[in-house]
Amino acid sequence: MCVSAIFVLDLQGKVILCRNYRGDVPLSAADKFVERVVEEEESQVKPVFTEGGITYTYIKHTNLYFLAFTTRNANAAMVLMFLYRLVETFQTYFNKLEEESIRDNFVIVYELMDEMMDFGYPQSCDSQVLQTTIRSNRLGPASQQKRGPQAPPTGIISWRQEGIRYKQNQVFLDVIEQVNLLVSSTGTPLYSEIVGSLVMNCELSGMPDLKLGLNDKLVFEHMQMESAGPNPQLEQARQKAVDLEDVRFHQCVRLAKFDTDRTISFVPPDGKFELMSYRVSKATLKPLIWVENTVEKHAGSRVEFNVKLSSHFKPRSQANNVEVIIPVPPDCDSPDTECSIGSCVYAPERDALVWSIKQLQGGKQYLLKAQLGLPSVQNEEERMKRPPITVKFEIPYFTLSGIQVRYLKVLEEKLNYQSLPWVRYLTKSGDYQLRQADPEGTASGSMRMSGTPAPQSRGVGAMAQGVGSSSRHR
Amino acid sequence: MASDSKFFSTSRKGEIREFQLDLNSANPQKKKDAIKKIIAAMTVGTDVSQLFSDVIRNMQTDDLEMKKLVYLYLINYSKSEPDLALLAVNTFVKDTANLNPLVRALALRTMGCIRVDSITEHLCEPLRRGLKDPDPYVRKTAVLGVAKMYDISPDLVVDEGFIDMLKTLLGDANPMVVSNSVATLMEIQAVNPGQEIFVIRQEELNKLLAALNACSEWGQVFILDALATYHPADADEAERIAERVVPRLNHANSAVVLSSVKLLLLLLNYMTNPDSVTMYCRKMAPPLVTQLSAQPEIRYVALRNINLVIQKRPGLLQSEIKVFFCKYNDPLYVKMEKLEIMMLLVEDPNIAQVLAELKEYATEVDVEFVRKAVRAIGRCAIKLDNAADQCVDALVNLIDNSQVNYVVQESIVVIRDIFRKYPHKYEGIIVKLCDKLESLDEPEAKAAMIWILGEYSDRIENPDQIFETYFVENFHDETPAVQLQILTAVVKMFLKVQHDTQPLVHKVLKMATQKSDNPDLRDRGFVYWRLLSASLDTAREVVLAPRPPITAPTTTIAPELLDELIPQMATLASVFHRPPETFITNAKLAVPKAQPGMAAPQMELTSGADEPIEGATSGSGDDAARREAVAAAAQAVAEGDLLPGLASLAAPAPATAAQAAGLVMPTPAPVAPAPVAAPAAAAVPVTAEGALPERRPTTVLLAQRTAKGFQLTGDFVLRGGVLGLDMLAENLSTEVIPPEFEFQFNKNGFGVVPSTMTLPTALTPGKSVSVFVRCDLQPGHQAPWDGADPRTLCTVPMALSNAFTGVHFFNGTVSLLCVTTPGASIERPAFAERFQALGEQAEQTRILERVYPLETCLGLLKARNLFEVARKRVEDLVIVYLYGTTRVFESEFFVEAAFRPTPAGTLACKVSVRSKPEGIATLAADSAAILLSMQ
Repeated sequence: MCVSAIFVLDLQGKVILCRNYRGDVPLSAADKFVERVVEEEESQVKPVFTEGGITYTYIKHTNLYFLAFTTRNANAAMVLMFLYRLVETFQTYFNKLEEESIRDNFVIVYELMDEMMDFGYPQSCDSQVLQTTIRSNRLGPASQQKRGPQAPPTGIISWRQEGIRYKQNQVFLDVIEQVNLLVSSTGTPLYSEIVGSLVMNCELSGMPDLKLGLNDKLVFEHMQMESAGPNPQLEQARQKAVDLEDVRFHQCVRLAKFDTDRTISFVPPDGKFELMSYRVSKATLKPLIWVENTVEKHAGSRVEFNVKLSSHFKPRSQANNVEVIIPVPPDCDSPDTECSIGSCVYAPERDALVWSIKQLQGGKQYLLKAQLGLPSVQNEEERMKRPPITVKFEIPYFTLSGIQVRYLKVLEEKLNYQSLPWVRYLTKSGDYQLRQADPEGTASGSMRMSGTPAPQSRGVGAMAQGVGSSSRHR
Repeated sequence: MASDSKFFSTSRKGEIREFQLDLNSANPQKKKDAIKKIIAAMTVGTDVSQLFSDVIRNMQTDDLEMKKLVYLYLINYSKSEPDLALLAVNTFVKDTANLNPLVRALALRTMGCIRVDSITEHLCEPLRRGLKDPDPYVRKTAVLGVAKMYDISPDLVVDEGFIDMLKTLLGDANPMVVSNSVATLMEIQAVNPGQEIFVIRQEELNKLLAALNACSEWGQVFILDALATYHPADADEAERIAERVVPRLNHANSAVVLSSVKLLLLLLNYMTNPDSVTMYCRKMAPPLVTQLSAQPEIRYVALRNINLVIQKRPGLLQSEIKVFFCKYNDPLYVKMEKLEIMMLLVEDPNIAQVLAELKEYATEVDVEFVRKAVRAIGRCAIKLDNAADQCVDALVNLIDNSQVNYVVQESIVVIRDIFRKYPHKYEGIIVKLCDKLESLDEPEAKAAMIWILGEYSDRIENPDQIFETYFVENFHDETPAVQLQILTAVVKMFLKVQHDTQPLVHKVLKMATQKSDNPDLRDRGFVYWRLLSASLDTAREVVLAPRPPITAPTTTIAPELLDELIPQMATLASVFHRPPETFITNAKLAVPKAQPGMAAPQMELTSGADEPIEGATSGSGDDAARREAVAAAAQAVAEGDLLPGLASLAAPAPATAAQAAGLVMPTPAPVAPAPVAAPAAAAVPVTAEGALPERRPTTVLLAQRTAKGFQLTGDFVLRGGVLGLDMLAENLSTEVIPPEFEFQFNKNGFGVVPSTMTLPTALTPGKSVSVFVRCDLQPGHQAPWDGADPRTLCTVPMALSNAFTGVHFFNGTVSLLCVTTPGASIERPAFAERFQALGEQAEQTRILERVYPLETCLGLLKARNLFEVARKRVEDLVIVYLYGTTRVFESEFFVEAAFRPTPAGTLACKVSVRSKPEGIATLAADSAAILLSMQ
């Protein structure tokens, strides 16, 4: 049920570091992995595969592979989660995690790997806890007290140690909502969802007990059930409240308590952590930023883009750092762009036009007109690619779902101090994709107008054959 | 900031000596740097084991970092220096009693990692103390120490009573100690499947549920996975557990969520209240959907598990199909899984949306994904009758407009299946398909197109010309699958259209039977030829028989396998959709199978799930055509009820038997397609050969034990006049075996040489495939026989080599009747004269107590090139005289076979063979005995 060994490899498959927890896997097993993943086409390989009785589970981070071997029917989800946790921990310890940082800190890396996993079973993975026994150079001075090494807490609150002191007790809470959107090529939103996350930075002394109140619909429903008789005020609040579809909590939150009365109560770890995440999917959600793109091809040598961007949020809100990325055919030249706001550049390395707008007010519409020269020879396969338009943005002081923090109570029985809670809201783009319509479809009219002799159907047939022969070459 | 990377830079000569000096220096910093350098060298693979004693000397130190480094070194090299490692024991034991719990735990943890027996013995006492240590950190470390010890020396753990101590620790106040104890006990139980070492009962259940709330994320996973083995007493208890587990669904860790879902699904089986079941199902859906926003690798594991969940509880995610729509930037493996799930969830209300998605995917660039998308359209059409029109429209659209050839070809393959499901409904699009004839270059698409043409040849103008121009011209260049399909389609066309098409049929039959090396093709050609010559009506009944309808599977995993996989959710088994025994070779874990013979079908099912059955492929046109042609014909003929007249016709026409046998050989046959021309004569071999007992290869040539799980069973046969090695290749390993083999025979008595051996495809685990390796007799071979045991002649030493199996040597046995020369014949008087001349001293006799029916026996002998000279009947005794020749020693042999019914109603036979040299008679008699005896 557990991991046999964990390897860290570079992108060429060279072993940088390994920890063989069980000694039942030969070190040469890494060669098999190199054969499969590094030498074969990577996209063909699944993240979990088995060969010769050994199962390989891996993730990739910057220029490193983190690879776990197992010889048993291990819990695959746990192994993957552990690898990600390993990466996270290394990141907090070394700031930047890449080949160099592993080499620079191999002693700490070994210590961490031994502390986080024993005999293939994941143990404690909280960076705060690990720092009680393992200090890195980077974090060393930052950790508060100089105490002798002591056993890390393993108790009920394993994520927080005793005796933390701050001069000023404050807690920062960021409510960040990411909007994921997928729009079909015909312009209908296929689905949209909000993935929210509450990131907390805790600078509180002692063992504080926190209670967080959100305008979660179920909370009000629960309160309504409790209060006898109708309560109009409560009903009004319930109407405005948010229906959270799925909530996930940091392990510090008392899940059983949440399950009974939807109260979010916890003893937080020290420092920064993600307290909870939630998901709200609304099929009818109106896209915050809408992009329409029409493409026209002129006699196969030039292509023209007409992009219309509209912002569908309140005029007093404002989106920052808006970026519309419009994929274009590869190897274009002589770009000519004209936009009514911001600036637009052709980014050949991404095969895209990037339209950047520093600040975009709600309820507006802007246009972009761009012309690009097409290369005379085009690879058929490249030509087939039609990646979607993606949009990036950030809207501060705003949550799309309407979620709000009603209260954040801090209670530390022994120290009994006053604390300052700070809450910030931000909505930003997540996976925000608008599929493009087939350029051939829109361009067919202009193709014919420009006097291309072949009627469409035969032209297509001829091209199909062309593709056939090119695919045979591969 | 001091960087450790500087320790990697020393690669000068004499560095070991330098390390040694530094280690023994008085300066602590120098010592520490030295050991860091040593560990760095160890990491890059330099052997620094000779420093063992110098390093050990530094073990006793108060510097914890130093201690850890020394321990790290010890873990690595103790195995190679077991005697020296013993020196460390004292320090270890001392450390386990240190005041600092961190040091105690560190010593316990490291000792367990040193896999040297002599050290393990000294671990017992410290471990016992550790399990009772006041500090929980030491206790949780000691618990895993027990697991480590069990791995090295299970008996020691049992003898020392550690298992009972662990069970006590399940009630420990510290949740981490509890969860590690659970993990250890579960592991020990898992390697002893037959015994009851740790079984969760009510008492343990309560302890575990109590610890669940307070546990670390991993501890929760251990406990949830352990609880999955518990069988609740009744519905109430199941609900009580579920209530405690449900809050875990809100955990941020995906592993916790998946293990909770698994446990809940198992508990649902015990619940009786339908409302509870619905409630829990509703609660499970959102967390599962949330997994789709996780990291791609975890998303993949989650999707594989969601696939299982949907098959088990189809309603659970019914309304969530949109979340499985693919995004452009999803990795390929995620897209493929999403598509698979979309196919499970597609229903009438959402088909329009799904179809729009599939059309979108069909225009993407990833070939594999595009093909799967096209196939998915076909699956929708077959699954949902109401959607068939839309799906066909979409496919036709793709064929018309796609600029990519493989999309067109894939669409045609899919349309073939749709035609099978909805016969005569979409004939109108055949014309469109015909426009694409020239662009087809993939065998599967060609075969599909040919099937369509054959099936609808009566609806097409000049089908014979289409066949002639596009397929028959290059008949010999096509792959076997396409050739078989052409053969069947042309015969179908002849039976449907008839006029003018006869020359083409004749041409194809001739090409298939006379110019082809492929025994399957020849066999099928002969079957058709004989069927056509026998009776067109019969042929119609056999060839154009209605086919079983095809359905799209609503599930892709067999229910039994699904029930085996659900308790394995979140584990590797659930990712591979295969039971653990199929990918774990660990001997310790080899679970004895409850029912023998269960493993094989399961493995087949699994591979089916791995390569999901695309809609109707299981009953696709090719398969169907194959079945309809060969199986139906063979079975019908064998049973004799479709061809009532033939068997009786065979008897009065023994004189024409030789002529009929001519048909078997590639000598010019009577004008076959003329049904009346050669009626009965052609039919004889059908009864004889069509009813021949099918012998599976029985001799194990290469056992799986010797060849890493590759097994080869095979016998030499004479099939359709061709000598060959008929083999069954089985893959009992867990890896894919590449199809190319080097296959050679050493010098052997009969001068048999093999052709190449190639499997049709790479052999996936659990699969088997029949291979026929055609063999020839070396021209001008002289048998090296000195008159000793003639049986030595039959042994054929073989050698086989493959990228997976490596080189292997083994022996096969060829029987004499397989190396006979075709076309032997003799006049009756000459036979009698020479038979008498050889006399009884040259005779070998075998008594066979139970043989096949008379006609079958004669058919078998004829197929081995034996010529029937005469037959006489004396009361109930039938005596048949046969004659054969073999190129070995240029010898001829004479057979007298006397068949007599036994009182038991079976048939016995006495075979006497005379020949010169008489060794040949021995071999022939042996060979005939094996051939005719019923097993």
